[in-house]
Formats: sequence, C-alpha cells, structure tokens
Amino acid sequence: MNAQDLPAFKKHIRTYIGVFLALLVGTLLTVAVSYVHFGHAGNITMALIIAVVKAALVAGFFMHLVSEKRSIYTVLGFTAFFFLGLMLLTVWSMQDHPDLTVPVVSSAPAAIPAHHVP
Amino acid sequence: MDIPYTVEPREDTGLFNAKVGIWLFLASEVMLFGALFSSYILLRVGSSSWLYGAAKDLSVPIGTFNTGVLITSSITMVMAWASLKLNDFGKFKLYQGLTVLCGLLFLLVKAFEYYGKFHHGHLPGTHTFYAIYFTLTGLHALHVVGGMVVNGYLWGPGARLWETDPERFTNRVEVAGLFWHFVDLVWIFLFPVLYLL
Repeated sequence: MNAQDLPAFKKHIRTYIGVFLALLVGTLLTVAVSYVHFGHAGNITMALIIAVVKAALVAGFFMHLVSEKRSIYTVLGFTAFFFLGLMLLTVWSMQDHPDLTVPVVSSAPAAIPAHHVP
Repeated sequence: MDIPYTVEPREDTGLFNAKVGIWLFLASEVMLFGALFSSYILLRVGSSSWLYGAAKDLSVPIGTFNTGVLITSSITMVMAWASLKLNDFGKFKLYQGLTVLCGLLFLLVKAFEYYGKFHHGHLPGTHTFYAIYFTLTGLHALHVVGGMVVNGYLWGPGARLWETDPERFTNRVEVAGLFWHFVDLVWIFLFPVLYLL
C-alpha cells in the first residue's frame, strides 16, 4: 500500500469499528423490540427490518460491497432475482387453499381380480 | 506453470479469480439457505401447533450472547485483513487467532444449547419446530466449522505464504473473510427467526 493511501485506509478501519458497534446495538434492539407487542405481523416485520439493516451493514462494509466491481454486482443481481423468486413462490403457495384442491373420496377397497392369485 | 490471476485482476472481471469464485459460491449458498428459510415459512404457516416464546425452550440471553460472539468475530476477521494491508503481520496473527477462538466459542455455546435440548427430550423428531431448528442451526454450525478450518490454516501453516507472496496471501485472507462474514450474515437472520419470533 502506498504511503498516500494510508490515511484513507485508516478511515476505513474507523468505519469498520462503527459498523461493529452498530451491529451490537442492532442485536440488542432486535431483542428489545421482540418484547414489545406490535401484533404478530408487526413483530415479524420489525425483526426482519432490523435484520435486513444489519445484514446490509455486514455486506456493505465488511464484505466491501459498497465499492465492489460491476461483475460482482451482476452475480448478486441474479442471486437476488432468484432468491426473491423463491420467496415469492413460497408466499404464493400459501394462497393454495384446501378448498381449491380435489377432495379425497373414501371408497371401499377395489376387488382383487380373480386371476390375481399370489 | 503459475496459476493465473491470483493477484493481478483479470481484464474482463476486474478482479482476481478467487474473489469471483467465492462470490459465485456465496450466491449458491444464498439459494441453499433461502430454500431452508422458505421451508421454515411453509412449515410454520402450515402448522396448527407451532411453538412460540417459552414453549420453544430456547434461551434468548444465550442466543444474544452467541450473536455478539459472531459479530465480534466479523470485526476481528476484517481487522486481520486490514492488518495485512497495513503490512502488520503481528496484528494479523492476533486478529486471525481471535476470529478462530470466537468461532470455537460460538460452537461451544451451541453445543451447550444442543445438550440442553437433548436432555429435555427435544429432538428433531419431537416437533416440526425442532426439526427445522436443528436443520438450520446444524447446517450453519457446519459452515462455522468450515470457516474455522480455513481461518485456522491461514493463521497457522498457510501463513508461510506471507514471506514469499504477501499480496496473494492477503487475497486469500480476504476470500476467507468473505465466507466468514456470510456465515455471520446468515446468523443475523437465524437468531430472530428461531429465538424471538
């Protein structure tokens, strides 16, 4: 590393420490929020919002995605597309109500053909 | 013949090869854990007797502590890489060693939790919640073990590369770090989903 790059890199290190503290605070916030009653959907939403922010901090700064090359963004773009597709398919499948499926009709067991003797 | 693009970037990607490789691998890992998370959603929504709160028999303080351990290991990992960038091999050894120790502590706490579950008769076959709990945390723990093996190698015998090819060694630590941060990232979602919600 060049000598002129050193101050900029040391600034990065201060950012890493800031992210670390933010992640610790985020963890405590997640726990605290879970004890507040926002309703079932509200609690899930709050927990996921905090988790997404924490994950963005890890990916953005620790994994250097804030300043990465285009080829990596392309790979991650495809990944995000398929990941979201997977999750949307999951949510979609939850709309498959039982009354839309074919009911099982109970009937007497079929008679065994006479020639079928073991 | 030397392996190409271990240090110098390729013209088309602008990156050394191992970095492209690890990101492709991590993309597949996103889909692996994504499939299990979608299984979790379907099992939870489809269950008429899902376990909530204290009924899960999971300790939130222990889970919170373990989350802190993994976050700490992430900062020590990135500091290990930064130390190499700053040409400080001594600090690299310190931070890399701490990363491996944090991984070990995480696994010990997880083993303690597993022991408690087994002791209370909570097995994967006992309830759907425990089936997905052990699957998700077990797979995650295997990733922690894998990361520790690589990080331990880079801390120990693999560190000899620093003497002959420091830039390539720094790149190896960066790639191992990307995997390690991903393991942390997965836990960031696992903790609230399994322990809190």
